[in-house]
Amino acid sequence: MNRYFWCGGEDGRLRILRCADCGWYIHPYAARCTRCRGPNISPQPVSGRGKVVGFTINHQVWVTDVPVPYVIALVELAEQSNLRLMTNMPSCSPEEVAMDMAVEVYFEQQDEAFIPLFRPLRDDT
Amino acid sequence: MSRFAEKNTCISGIGQSAINKVPKEFPFELAVTASLAAIADAGLRPEDIDGVSTWPTTDTGVGQGSGAASVADMVASLGLSIKWHSTGSMAAQLSPIMNAVSAIAAGYCSHVLCWRALGERTVDSYASAAAKHGGSPELRPAGFMEYMLPYWAMSAATWCAVHASTHMHRFCVTREQMSAIPINQRRNAAFNEKAIYRDPLTLDAYMSARTVATPFTIFDCDVPCDGATAVVVSRIDSAPDLRHRPIVIESIGAGTGDRLDTWLARSDYPRMAMHDAARNMWDRTDLTPKDVDTAHLYDGFTYLTLFWLEALGFCEEGESGQFVEGGERISLAGELPLNTNGGQLSEGRMHGFGHLHEACLQLRGEAGERQVDNVRVSVVGNGGGSLGGAALLRNA
Repeated sequence: MNRYFWCGGEDGRLRILRCADCGWYIHPYAARCTRCRGPNISPQPVSGRGKVVGFTINHQVWVTDVPVPYVIALVELAEQSNLRLMTNMPSCSPEEVAMDMAVEVYFEQQDEAFIPLFRPLRDDT
Repeated sequence: MSRFAEKNTCISGIGQSAINKVPKEFPFELAVTASLAAIADAGLRPEDIDGVSTWPTTDTGVGQGSGAASVADMVASLGLSIKWHSTGSMAAQLSPIMNAVSAIAAGYCSHVLCWRALGERTVDSYASAAAKHGGSPELRPAGFMEYMLPYWAMSAATWCAVHASTHMHRFCVTREQMSAIPINQRRNAAFNEKAIYRDPLTLDAYMSARTVATPFTIFDCDVPCDGATAVVVSRIDSAPDLRHRPIVIESIGAGTGDRLDTWLARSDYPRMAMHDAARNMWDRTDLTPKDVDTAHLYDGFTYLTLFWLEALGFCEEGESGQFVEGGERISLAGELPLNTNGGQLSEGRMHGFGHLHEACLQLRGEAGERQVDNVRVSVVGNGGGSLGGAALLRNA
């Protein structure tokens, strides 16, 4: 159900379920389109670009070997306003992250998984 | 008979155990104590109970953790003979009540024992449990956690913090405004002997407290505890046999948002399920926010209470910060006394049932030194995220 999302980034592209009939993006996984109920849905590459719509600087030590503070951000993808991913932004210091910041996806490989992370969108792209 | 089934039911009895920050009794014992108290308070005997309802629950034979009393364990220990039981989650922490109403309306039973038992101090803390399991390659989180754990967003604190950040940014809400919630509740907790924290909280202490996840400090997060609360929901026409004047369930609504499997796909983010629950509750009554005498709104994190105030229509969306600013309006003598027992931020995380219990005490006039004058209607709002439940209670 989720392999396309966690392992689909091997070629550097983020994949989200999309309805071929109405164009709606569906996340997380559902068996039919959550808008038109159509059955023709499949993982499709998206731009990987979006903006930060919410974030927290986490100071609490939840896991002993994960250094704090770290950024937990909610990114709204450019394709659709309710298409949102919780993520980390390790390349961005807690002071740098800001609301509405333009960001792009990149991936960190962990075994067979490619974890989607986000970083500030470079001006030249 | 009303076409809305809850109006044909009432809360006939309430009971609550001690609330322990340091484990004293086995949590399951607390659940038994609270349940027997609620049954006796109703003027009933255990053999009168013909249905039971709880959420969430643990496996049978565990008796501790965040749902410390299973249906099977309670039926055995209380010697019950039941015709119906439920552990459904529809209306968040008010699910046991909503499910009980449905079962009574269907004629399955007449007196439903509902409980919520917490044994969170008796097991590993969330943090140490996460430390133990979070980094393990065997861990295959499913559902919403699947999309949180890889980002070390371990706790609802981080998810609520993200929602809060969006709301604060959009509506210019400040931490000074947020401070009114925990400061007011700590003031109320001084009059609650069961509350874990009863000393006054100052603005300075709040503003300089240790950060958990911005904008939340430790004073924005509720206090894990061991404790249990129980209520009995009965047919309203059994009232003549009951010990107390019954508390009528005027209306009850469940959160029914865009999707139940994520907090993050709502078209109206950063709203949460309390907005659906509140709407569904108001749709079933002629009463309005102006009729409410006391409010008992979920405070797992301060910001959830602000969201509830907006969801229930006590203020416009975006105005909850101004609404609570300074704390006077929400104080015991204010226009909307809020979380009069100190709430989960001071009393302890009784997981919504603490709010339900307090609403009943206020309606009965049994809240002691923290009693608000002439309470006729109280609202309870529980939950957030993708689950919410709201109930309007009134004196018969």
